[in-house]
Amino acid sequence: MTDTDTAPRSTATDLQDERLRQSDGVAGSVRALLDRVRGGELGLLPVVAGLVVISTVLQILNPIFLSSTNLVNLLLECVPVGVIALGVVCVLLVGEIDLSVGSISGLASAAVAILFVDQGLPVVVAILAAVALGSLIGWVYAQMFNRFGVPSFVITLAGLLAFVGLQLKVLGPIGSVNLPFDSGLVRFAQLAFLPGWLAYALVVVAAVALFLSGYAHARTRRKAGLSDRSVQALAARSVLLLVGLGFAVWYLNRTRGVGWMFVFFIALILVLHYALSRTRWGKSVYAVGGNVEAARRAGINVRMVYTSVFMLCTSLAAVGGVLAAARLAAANQSTGGGDVNLNAIAAAVIGGTSLFGGRGTAFAALLGILVIQAISSGLTLLNLDSSYRFMVTGAVLLLAVTLDSVARRSRKSSGRA
Amino acid sequence: MADPVLSLRGISKNFGAVAALTEVDLDVSAGEVVAVVGDNGAGKSTLVKILSGVHTADTGTITFESQPVQIGSPAAARHLGIATVFQDLALCENLNVIDNLFLGQELRALRLDDVAMEVRSWELLRQLSAKIPTVRIPVASLSGGQRQTVAIARSLLGDPKIIVLDEPTAALGVAQTAEVLNLIERLRENGHGVIMISHNMADVRAVADTVVVLRLGRNNGVFATGDVSSEDIIAAITGAHDNVVTQRAGRRGATEKGQS
Ligand SMILES: Nc1ncnc2c1ncn2[C@@H]1O[C@H](COP(=O)(O)OP(=O)(O)OP(=O)(O)O)[C@@H](O)[C@H]1O
Ligand SMILES: [Mg+2]
Repeated sequence: MTDTDTAPRSTATDLQDERLRQSDGVAGSVRALLDRVRGGELGLLPVVAGLVVISTVLQILNPIFLSSTNLVNLLLECVPVGVIALGVVCVLLVGEIDLSVGSISGLASAAVAILFVDQGLPVVVAILAAVALGSLIGWVYAQMFNRFGVPSFVITLAGLLAFVGLQLKVLGPIGSVNLPFDSGLVRFAQLAFLPGWLAYALVVVAAVALFLSGYAHARTRRKAGLSDRSVQALAARSVLLLVGLGFAVWYLNRTRGVGWMFVFFIALILVLHYALSRTRWGKSVYAVGGNVEAARRAGINVRMVYTSVFMLCTSLAAVGGVLAAARLAAANQSTGGGDVNLNAIAAAVIGGTSLFGGRGTAFAALLGILVIQAISSGLTLLNLDSSYRFMVTGAVLLLAVTLDSVARRSRKSSGRA
Repeated sequence: MADPVLSLRGISKNFGAVAALTEVDLDVSAGEVVAVVGDNGAGKSTLVKILSGVHTADTGTITFESQPVQIGSPAAARHLGIATVFQDLALCENLNVIDNLFLGQELRALRLDDVAMEVRSWELLRQLSAKIPTVRIPVASLSGGQRQTVAIARSLLGDPKIIVLDEPTAALGVAQTAEVLNLIERLRENGHGVIMISHNMADVRAVADTVVVLRLGRNNGVFATGDVSSEDIIAAITGAHDNVVTQRAGRRGATEKGQS
């Protein structure tokens, strides 16, 4: 078989079953999507819909909400808790939970401030030390979990208390350390924006890369006799991305532009997305979340999976803490306290990660935290105090968990559980 | 017959107060199909789990290709070349067919080769005449028999030396059962050793060379299929020649005679 771009070919190996409904073209894709939703495979749909509704309502209530200035700020505000939520997604995927991410982030911000400002270590060393501390905590959690079988919510609940205590201890009686404004870390979080040309260049690179990888994939599939996406569909997808991101960048560039810290967040998401969907480790994470016993019998080192996931979660929590300190230009007793913990977990769940394990993607963290930050920013613009923010976020979280449970039930009844 | 590839001697396994297996022996040669039969709770699945590294035996020795071995984990079993289809199938319902087939042995660990895996999946499923419309749906949406086919297909990956099938045809339709029996015969021709657990005497007599009977966790006879009747096997399974199965057969014989 030579290049068969145009040549007609027999039905692809994976499309030969006559019961298979064709999902060609736009109508077919829409029908396939509706089928999936009815079957309880909600994916990212509810959160995207929610985001649109919330933005519309808030924009109507206060036209500043969707202004460029506010969005630039909102995206930066998302990052620290968003990074923490990324780790929470991983633990939820294996069907466990980490309730201590907030206090770990607080401890890490205290550690970085003390090491950098008080001890005078280079900032990079201070950051690495704080993140290493986070990983160490995750390793200890994993040992407790693997060796003694203590439920993760108890281990991490204990951790939550212990690390709040440790954070207070480390910060000492003054309880607050300021980071110098001219340090690279603070500038990174507050003042570093992509030059316009670079932002557009990245958008183009992303669109082209998406097209090329899709095209190469479609070609190998075709060579192997499997169905493939048409070049038109691939091009349409890339153009859509190009236009969407291009517009976003243009809009943000009307004021300060795209922050480096946000780009860092996106990069983390993409790396994690790749690891979860395209590596053996990622498959074993989903397998452990779906059926631990089956994973074990398939020869997967289940303990290693738990260890890696707990360590990843606590390390990302530490990174989030460092970024929070940078954003605030200070570490104090309340860093990582208050609603950070719950927001991080809520973001993962609102983004569509199932509390029952085995379902969710790295993008859940981004979408979930966008919802939470949108609510928070919108209510602040309306001059409503945090009491409303808590109540609204609580309601949204309840809604998300209910959706998750209902979806799970309809998956059961349509045999997809 | 040639030296056994796999041989178990004096295997015992207790679950608390329950002695699930007591001093069980078992031999399998290359190109031999051994059927393990026994009543519910006789210890068949426990034996399977010991072979596949899910449980470890309390006492006894396992010899594989003339070497004494420990099967301490499922990975160790697979490394030796023992593949298992479990009675409960052990599939991940949230993953699709391809992911389940290649679970734990995906191609290219750091950049999964999904195309090659999909092609291989279709080959395996075709080989079993599987009636699975698409390999990209979660296993949860497959029927019981389709799932069983997926589990069997999975055991064929990586060319194992011994294949252990715990009630492989329990949920299968007529055609798929025949395919599985054909497959077992093909495996034998290719020199694999097969351990098959089944309650179906017809299947056992159709493909097995040797029948090993377990009763209440103990060996209760080893027969060559050629020179044993189903009645004898059933007698060994139940522990008596005058058993509920023969009584039923007797009653039916009598009524049929009475009617004619
Ligand atoms: N994990 C376990 N914990 C405790 N007891 C067990 C366990 N697994 C099996 N047993 C016991 O061991 C005995 C043998 O069980 P096993 O599953 O091996 O039977 P079996 O021969 O496969 O029966 P069936 O034909 O019903 O599948 C039973 O009495 C069972 O209760
Ligand atoms: Mg059994």
